[in-house]
Amino acid sequence: MARIIETRRLTPVTKLYRLDAPLIAASAQPGQFVMLRVREGGERIPVTIADYDRDRGILTIVVQEVGATTKRLAALDAGDEILDVAGPLGGAIELPAKGHLCGIGGGFGSAALLCLMREYTARGYKTTAILGARNKDLLILADELKPLCDSVQVCTDDGSAGFKGFVTQRLAQLIEGDGPGRPDYVVAIGPMAMMRAIAETTRAPKVKTLVSMDPLMVDGTGMCGGCRVTVGGRPQFACVDGPCFDAHEVDFDVAMRRNKAYVNEEKIARERVDCMAARKELQ
Amino acid sequence: MPVKRAEKTAMPVREALARAHDFVEVNSGYTPMQASFESERCLRCQDPVCVDGCPVNVPIPDFIHAVADGDMASAAKILRSANPLPAICGRVCPQESQCEAECSMTKRFNPVAIGHLERYVADWERTQPLTVKPNITRKEKIAVIGAGPSGLVCAGELARLGYPVKIYEALHAPGGVLRYGIPEFRLPKAILDWEIGVLKAMGVEIECNVIIGRTITMDQLFDKMGYAAVFIGTGAGLPQFLGIPGENLNGVMSANEFLTRVNLMGGYKFPENDTPVKVGKRVAVIGAGNTAMDAVRTSLRMGAEEAMIVYRRSEKEMGARVEEYHHAIEEGVKFNWLTNPLEIVDDGSGWVSGLRCQKMQLGEPDASGRARPIAIPGSEFVLPVDNVILAIGTTPNPLLTRTTAGLLTNKKGCLVADEKSGLTSKTLVYAGGDAVTGAATVILAAGAGKRAANAIHEALGTRASR
Repeated sequence: MARIIETRRLTPVTKLYRLDAPLIAASAQPGQFVMLRVREGGERIPVTIADYDRDRGILTIVVQEVGATTKRLAALDAGDEILDVAGPLGGAIELPAKGHLCGIGGGFGSAALLCLMREYTARGYKTTAILGARNKDLLILADELKPLCDSVQVCTDDGSAGFKGFVTQRLAQLIEGDGPGRPDYVVAIGPMAMMRAIAETTRAPKVKTLVSMDPLMVDGTGMCGGCRVTVGGRPQFACVDGPCFDAHEVDFDVAMRRNKAYVNEEKIARERVDCMAARKELQ
Repeated sequence: MPVKRAEKTAMPVREALARAHDFVEVNSGYTPMQASFESERCLRCQDPVCVDGCPVNVPIPDFIHAVADGDMASAAKILRSANPLPAICGRVCPQESQCEAECSMTKRFNPVAIGHLERYVADWERTQPLTVKPNITRKEKIAVIGAGPSGLVCAGELARLGYPVKIYEALHAPGGVLRYGIPEFRLPKAILDWEIGVLKAMGVEIECNVIIGRTITMDQLFDKMGYAAVFIGTGAGLPQFLGIPGENLNGVMSANEFLTRVNLMGGYKFPENDTPVKVGKRVAVIGAGNTAMDAVRTSLRMGAEEAMIVYRRSEKEMGARVEEYHHAIEEGVKFNWLTNPLEIVDDGSGWVSGLRCQKMQLGEPDASGRARPIAIPGSEFVLPVDNVILAIGTTPNPLLTRTTAGLLTNKKGCLVADEKSGLTSKTLVYAGGDAVTGAATVILAAGAGKRAANAIHEALGTRASR
């Protein structure tokens, strides 16, 4: 059980949760995730760790309401308990020699940049965060990230905030030397399509790039193999071998196809929760 | 006194076609009359060789005599003194290759149904009020990693010896493979819950959702949390894949994934429960061990019209318990022996449409001592299937060893541990069960857990006296 200390709505479909989880907060590292379950009979879902406060024992996660479990989670608020939270799982992001790290967050993936930027700024890296959203209302955590890194670059599809265009276009400009300049490392966290586009953007200029894979998982501890991702032609388990992999080695076609394996079932479960919410039966 | 019968008293089972579509237990257990009858079949040998066939040396004739005498309380006590998980082992042990293989009755007739009697006694015990109480007399705290068979037994034995024990479990529910792997129709979860209840009544604490090596490191258990010794019972949960083309197609799963979705997550109740399980009309399960039988029979129960085993060796080399095999046949499972999978075929949209195989014949024995299967040229064919489930074995989970310095493993990823005590390469860290042996049986894991508990007791006892 983990008690929710505070919640904050970031967008109409995204919510931030601060949890009382001292053991996880004490050992969490950038790039890792937790598995959570919100009710008996509920599924286990992986959620990327957004941030942690070791001293206060607080774990921060940001969750977008896309399916049955995330919608049930959204019905919880400060004072409520999340039935199961287990972690931190997966390997931490470890970068070699100091340099310029560019963290790219798409949609709610921006949340995971909080601990990544704070940690690597502290380690003496030059840090840039590129945040992408469809419009300024869907942009999250830009103000929180500003004090944590050297530069925050905002991109919106419609130009309602910052650079008008995709994160990949802004990244290409940086690689050319614009703004904070060419990164030595890129870490991308967000929708699979965005991560794939970033991999293509950095491939030719040979910028070392990690992507945080988000495949379907059942247990998250290495037991089911459902999260296998093809990396460099070899199967890897995202939960124990990842979740971050070399973007230029990942087979995104397979990963995107595999993530659609249960779309029909996910729809059934989601609609069921929507009906229950409409009848005020959640909780 | 009843006449000794040549034939084993048959276990009452539910009707095959009815049970193949639900998750209620297949075997319904002996009646008191059947148990009494069967117990009289025991020859009361001077030298009970059945005991040698048991990995934990249950005093088999003694408990069977108690059943024959109608003294169930003694039977239960005798049984539990040697085997802390009798209700579970009575159901899942491969008796035909252990105790019952040695039974003197086997020479001329059928063996005494030791497993069925074990189950009968343990099931009786569960109807009795719990009398155990915590008896903590020692100061040294012990941590047990993993709430599977070896961890549960180790914790129970340590609690009996007077130690405060805490089990850390990575998943949200204790039981390990007994929870996520073995289906309800073979091992009702109520039995597992009862056994866990006994441990809790003895004062054993269980904390779920803690991944040792991640949430807390091994060193922190000693340095920060003050544990005096640690037992590792993390099992062999990492599924193996074949490495054949098409394994990443949608509709291909490890048996671990399939069984976890159904058993641990309760996916058979989707959408009431949230975890979906997707089973098409035709399911092929690759492998012929107990996990393969569990997966193929679960496929039928999840609505498959046809469920089949694909195995590159023959019936003789099959690893499954003979009872599971017979039950699978009764339930309509098909068997493709001497059939080697070559490729999982894509339907054109990334889903499985078939399994391309070749026929095999048996040659000389290989390294495992079993006849080596050799491909028959030109025998390739495609089995049309919608799902492929891989049940070709598991290896120990590397999560703990990767994050713990000084914990040695062998080539296969199994922990290096002393055969008798379970002591690993780290001081006061013991291990047992599948994490040491690779995938094996519940009873072997239970035996290792018990031995390690006593080794820990001995090690700490020696220290205290210094």
